Amino acid sequence: MPRRFSLRRAAAGLALGAGLLASVQTPAAGPPAPERAAALRDLVLQDCGSCHGLRLKGGLGPALTPEALRGRPPELLAATVLDGRPGTPMPPWRPFLTEAEARWIVEALRRGDFLER
Amino acid sequence: MATSWSASRLAPLGALLLALVAGCAAQPALRGTGDLGLVIERASGSVLVVDTTARRVLRRVEGLGDLSHASAVFSRDGRYAYVFGRDGGLTKVDLLTGRIAARRVQAGNSIGGAIGQRGELVAVSNYEPGGVRIFDARTLAPVTDIPAVGADGRRSRVVGLVDAPGRRFVFSLFDAGEIWIADLRADPAHPRIARIRGVGRQPYDALITPDGRWYLAGLFGEDGVALVDLWHPERGARRVLAGYGRGQRRLPVYKMPHLEGWAVAGGRAFLPAVGRHEVLVVDLGTWREAGRIPVHGQPVFVEARPDGRQVWVNFAFPRNDTVQVIDTETLQVVRTLKPGRGVLHMEFTPRGEAVWISVRDEDRVMVYDTESLRPLARLPARRPSGIFFTARAGRIGL
Repeated sequence: MPRRFSLRRAAAGLALGAGLLASVQTPAAGPPAPERAAALRDLVLQDCGSCHGLRLKGGLGPALTPEALRGRPPELLAATVLDGRPGTPMPPWRPFLTEAEARWIVEALRRGDFLER
Repeated sequence: MATSWSASRLAPLGALLLALVAGCAAQPALRGTGDLGLVIERASGSVLVVDTTARRVLRRVEGLGDLSHASAVFSRDGRYAYVFGRDGGLTKVDLLTGRIAARRVQAGNSIGGAIGQRGELVAVSNYEPGGVRIFDARTLAPVTDIPAVGADGRRSRVVGLVDAPGRRFVFSLFDAGEIWIADLRADPAHPRIARIRGVGRQPYDALITPDGRWYLAGLFGEDGVALVDLWHPERGARRVLAGYGRGQRRLPVYKMPHLEGWAVAGGRAFLPAVGRHEVLVVDLGTWREAGRIPVHGQPVFVEARPDGRQVWVNFAFPRNDTVQVIDTETLQVVRTLKPGRGVLHMEFTPRGEAVWISVRDEDRVMVYDTESLRPLARLPARRPSGIFFTARAGRIGL
């Protein structure tokens, strides 16, 4: 399955790029290792994607595209990822993510890194 | 009749056969579709056409758009599948040729669909813009549009769309907490809408019993199920299984349960409990809780084998590597299977001797024998999700 391999490679590349950026912002935690970054990308697209759409254009949950997230404070977004939003179906992902990983996901979402092209 | 197969007689026959084969090259193979089906490949916008007798993939059809949360219904002749994609795409696939017979991007964001009783209309439920749109099943030309504006005056996302006898479509408004019945008997282009308000908070999915009488919408915003008797829609909705959580805090829900596979066996129905590691059992005579079965995780699909003797359950992230089999007589889990990471859906063959299970993260579909509970086959598929067999063509609500 050549498609999957190229996705993996792309994800690793993204992780590397994002990692360089993230390392500037959060020097303490550091970026996820390439393998973990690929797993996180998978988690975002497949599991977040069940509600937010595989292409993150929304569904039961709102869109998570760069346009949709523009103007939203990253700390608040990371807090929503980690602790969910009471009163909505959004669950807390803290059991599966570190705070640094949540921030890394938010930054990647804001840049559109998880989207094709 | 004595026939002598001399070479001189066979030669012209051979030529005739050759001509027939050549002439038919562009035609689909002459066969029925009763043992065919579709596997959605959610990440690559493709579907596999599968043969449940040979247990193999016949072909891949590409170009269907964003298929996260995609589902399918079938034309009444079982030849065409209508695939509902997340991106609002509605695609009509010819199972025999593997070609896309028609395609229309009909909304920004959609969640599922249904085919009408007469097979001439296909309805799609949309999140964005919230409502239901109805199309000509042959051409996919638009027939009508039903904006789902709730009592609060706002447009609501629509879930749990099913067809019902009497040329009706029934659906639920997630945000408004309403159930609507669109009656197309008089004029499909101008359906009469019956609105049932205040059915409960956040209906997340719904199903209709195989006899087409009862519509049940599972509630996410509270513990309970809204029930409508489609023989008497004027009586409105009543709440069943209210407060099944008994005030206990529910767990976070990492994947919404589904109610599409109606699991009925021995006068009881089996439903996923939201945010709990339980399958709820409901008595169909009284609509009261008749038990609850502890299971491995939060159920997503709870599906009865067609004969009703077993119920199969899969689970939400992070426990989605497991499937459990429940004996409907003893209400016990009789087997725990580990098909692989990311089990998303299960579909029984029409008479239930086998079940097909999609294993997303391992890029394969597993086929199990439902008696021995052993694997019969594994088929490669790219990120498979929903599996839909043509037997659905003849069933109300599917």
